[in-house]
Amino acid sequence: MSNDKKHTLDPNKWIALYADYLFNYAIIRVDDHDLAKDLVQETFYSGLKGMANFRGQASERTWLISILKRKIIDHYRKINSIKGKKEIRVNFYADGDNKGSWIEERVPATWGDNAEQKIENEELKITLDDCIENLVEKYRIVFLLKTVQNYETEEICNELDITASNLWVIIHRARQQLRRCLEDNWFKK
Amino acid sequence: MSRKLLISCEEATSICNKNQYGEASTWDKIRLGLHSLGCVHCKTYSTQNNILTKLMGNHSNSCSNSGHLTDEDKLDLKKTLNEKIKKVN
Repeated sequence: MSNDKKHTLDPNKWIALYADYLFNYAIIRVDDHDLAKDLVQETFYSGLKGMANFRGQASERTWLISILKRKIIDHYRKINSIKGKKEIRVNFYADGDNKGSWIEERVPATWGDNAEQKIENEELKITLDDCIENLVEKYRIVFLLKTVQNYETEEICNELDITASNLWVIIHRARQQLRRCLEDNWFKK
Repeated sequence: MSRKLLISCEEATSICNKNQYGEASTWDKIRLGLHSLGCVHCKTYSTQNNILTKLMGNHSNSCSNSGHLTDEDKLDLKKTLNEKIKKVN
């Protein structure tokens, strides 16, 4: 019976069989080639060390992915605990009568009447890429997963071990920052 | 969820961000609409936020993450993994 079939591990074939798969899984979630490669490397190491714990119930690939998932969460925790090196500027009054209102010098400026028509532009795309690049790492990852990879909120929360309200705060700040960055570097010029 | 009808600009922009992903509730959308009627800044923000979403839509078509593992990467992985395997055995 196929149910009785125990899966086995063969580390000599790991690179050939799973390196690309694991790498693709990681790169989407960390958006950095070298980091993704390191995570794959660490996954193989941990796999080797933990071979005795493999009970053969899951396939080799599933087992390796579960290790990689933990590595990604660990990485994410690490960057989460390092205070963002880049300053996050506040756009709204935090208290007082004006609590929650725009701070005057942070108010969005208009982008001109035909801003919408101007968006099919290669240079603008480059500017946007630069702006995304400048986001703090954890904002960048969450924003890209949600906006480009179209992940469900719940999926991101599970994978990165954050709450939904965390996620929306991050999205909120990322979008505010991107809006501002496009304004300063593109629409004002 | 808060029941109040009138919201601050910070709340309005938050709802607007959620709305970009189709995840704002009907109640939130009503409050955002009402707020935007009287608030030119948040209206501007909403317009620009929509543009950002459109730009990102194009972005996802044009960008394919930072590529894939090169042969060199794989050799590198293989070399170090083989060393570890030897140690284990």
